[in-house]
Amino acid sequence: MDLMQILGIIIPTAIFAAAPLILTALGGVFSERSGVVNIGLEGLMMMGAFIGAVFTFYGETWGFGSASPWFSFVMAILIGAIFSLLHAVASITFKADQVVSGVALNFLAAGLTIFLVKKIFDAGQTPYLNERIFKSDVPLLSDIPIIGPLLFGKAYVTSYVAIALAFVVWFIIFKTPFGLRLRAVGEHPMAADTMGVNVTKMRYIAVMLSGAFAGLGGAVYATSISGNFTHSTIAGQGFMALAAMIFGKWHPLGALGAALFFGLAQSLSITGQQIPLLKEIPHVFLLISPYVLTILALAGFVGRADAPKAIGKPYEKGKR
Amino acid sequence: MQKLLFKLSVPVIAVALGLLVGGIIMLTSGYEPIKAYTALFSVIFTDSYFIGETVRQMTPLILSGLAVAFAFRTGLFNIGVEGQLLVGWLASVYVGIAVEGLPAFIHIPLAILAGALAGALWGLVPGYLKAKFMVHEVITTIMMNYVALHVTNSIIRSYLLAPGERTEEIQSSASLSSMFLQEITDFSRLHYGIVVAILGAIVMWYLLWKTTTGYELRAVGFNQHASNYAGINVSKNIILSMCISGAFAGVAGAMEGLGTYQYMTINAAFTGVGFDGIAVALLGANSAIGIILAAGLFGGLKIGALNMQAVAQVPPELITIVIALIIFFVASSYLVHWLRNRINRRGKI
Repeated sequence: MDLMQILGIIIPTAIFAAAPLILTALGGVFSERSGVVNIGLEGLMMMGAFIGAVFTFYGETWGFGSASPWFSFVMAILIGAIFSLLHAVASITFKADQVVSGVALNFLAAGLTIFLVKKIFDAGQTPYLNERIFKSDVPLLSDIPIIGPLLFGKAYVTSYVAIALAFVVWFIIFKTPFGLRLRAVGEHPMAADTMGVNVTKMRYIAVMLSGAFAGLGGAVYATSISGNFTHSTIAGQGFMALAAMIFGKWHPLGALGAALFFGLAQSLSITGQQIPLLKEIPHVFLLISPYVLTILALAGFVGRADAPKAIGKPYEKGKR
Repeated sequence: MQKLLFKLSVPVIAVALGLLVGGIIMLTSGYEPIKAYTALFSVIFTDSYFIGETVRQMTPLILSGLAVAFAFRTGLFNIGVEGQLLVGWLASVYVGIAVEGLPAFIHIPLAILAGALAGALWGLVPGYLKAKFMVHEVITTIMMNYVALHVTNSIIRSYLLAPGERTEEIQSSASLSSMFLQEITDFSRLHYGIVVAILGAIVMWYLLWKTTTGYELRAVGFNQHASNYAGINVSKNIILSMCISGAFAGVAGAMEGLGTYQYMTINAAFTGVGFDGIAVALLGANSAIGIILAAGLFGGLKIGALNMQAVAQVPPELITIVIALIIFFVASSYLVHWLRNRINRRGKI
């Protein structure tokens, strides 16, 4: 097996596995840049995966055909944003500990999604989806020699949407007045308030955006990777996305890079069996590699990265 | 007195609101909340089997709650209880299986100690990284959970596998199970672990409030800079706190291994006990006695949920929803403060 074949297995799988992580991590960037910790990404993603599976299923029965997953994405974005309001209300308005409120959101999503699945389908899981996001060659680009088949052959459209959105989010956060206000609120809410920025409103918008992105991430996971929703569909991907965001130093493009890296690590644990050298390594090392690498990376060269200054602190008007 | 009453009012109001919203959810999704809650609460107070199971369920919940609370007291957030619990479970079961010919009064403490040690070791990593490299413990403990899940599964699969995707059963000399306790509770899985859990709560209270180490740990939790200025070694205390927290979590795992199951299974997913510990610690206000009470409530809710499903067909996940809501309401105690202020002000005018 030559190098090209090995890369041909690893790289498309990495990009494929990274898409939900990229989207969710971007959501995390919005929330944390505004100063609100979002441990609840896991729960938001779970909600998104649930909505993705349910609405794709109903989209099929309502005759949406191959547009069903895309219909479910819209629903996941909307419901993810609405669901994240719980975290926003608790942590912004009621000044709850943001980590605790995020943990509660995860609990709630875990209970609520399975409760609803049992209520709707009378079973512990949703049926398998017929209309999923499938692999396709990108026209023209996949004809480029060498990198064409690697990057654009047998690819999932959602992966490119995720990568493109990373650049969009970068533009929004660093090149628009909205992004400037968002960052100001996360760094020094009182200064921002003095300059006439509505801190509460900005934070609500940021948390809802994180819900929208994480919801989309979850829905992409359900419609491309898992194909249905059970209690174990989202098992840690939200936390991985959170780690990717921190790994990427709260920067959209950094998060993109970190998510792709995690995708690569995950794809190694999936495809490792087919690759000569990696086949010799016990499977468990491949399984734990994303997590160990994260810890090492945080301890090594990302440890000094600065989080937004006001992160985790509720803003009280007039309090120094 | 009034201060104590107010302190109590937050968790009580939170529980009441949680149950209320849970009832509304049941009502809107076509179940009968009164029938369901009656089914839930009646058995955990009257039926001896459900009482036994509730106490059994409380045992690891108390210990994982203590683990979370201990870290909280020193200003750390240990989400890694789940992973520490898994390694503690495996270590205690390993000692329970591999060591032979010891009398129970040595074998049981030895196995529990092994669990505590494994948990402490698992807590050491995030503690050390936090103290030396300022790596946020929330992320490292989450990562360590996954490492624990995969590593314990792999160790069982490679070295300890018995039919049924699990380890062999432990020697009877390491077992906490008790025929007597099972018989008086209509053959529930109740075991002597509850004694260990309550001892654990006493240990935490004593350690935090009656020793110099405890004073230093709490001081670091209040204000790291002031503690540093006062000559307290902050790094050492952060590491120590995570180790002790991990040890409590490891003992929680040992209770599952030596008490409830007598073996360890290959886990496809997390047990959830470690995460429930966060809820227990929060509702129990990080105090030893509060944690025992909160573990009683959540243990009862979880066990009673089974009867709720049998009688009123409500999926037991509803209880997860109720627990989540309780955490939301406890965390939002600002709401209770605000309400109280409003009422007070109105009373004066």
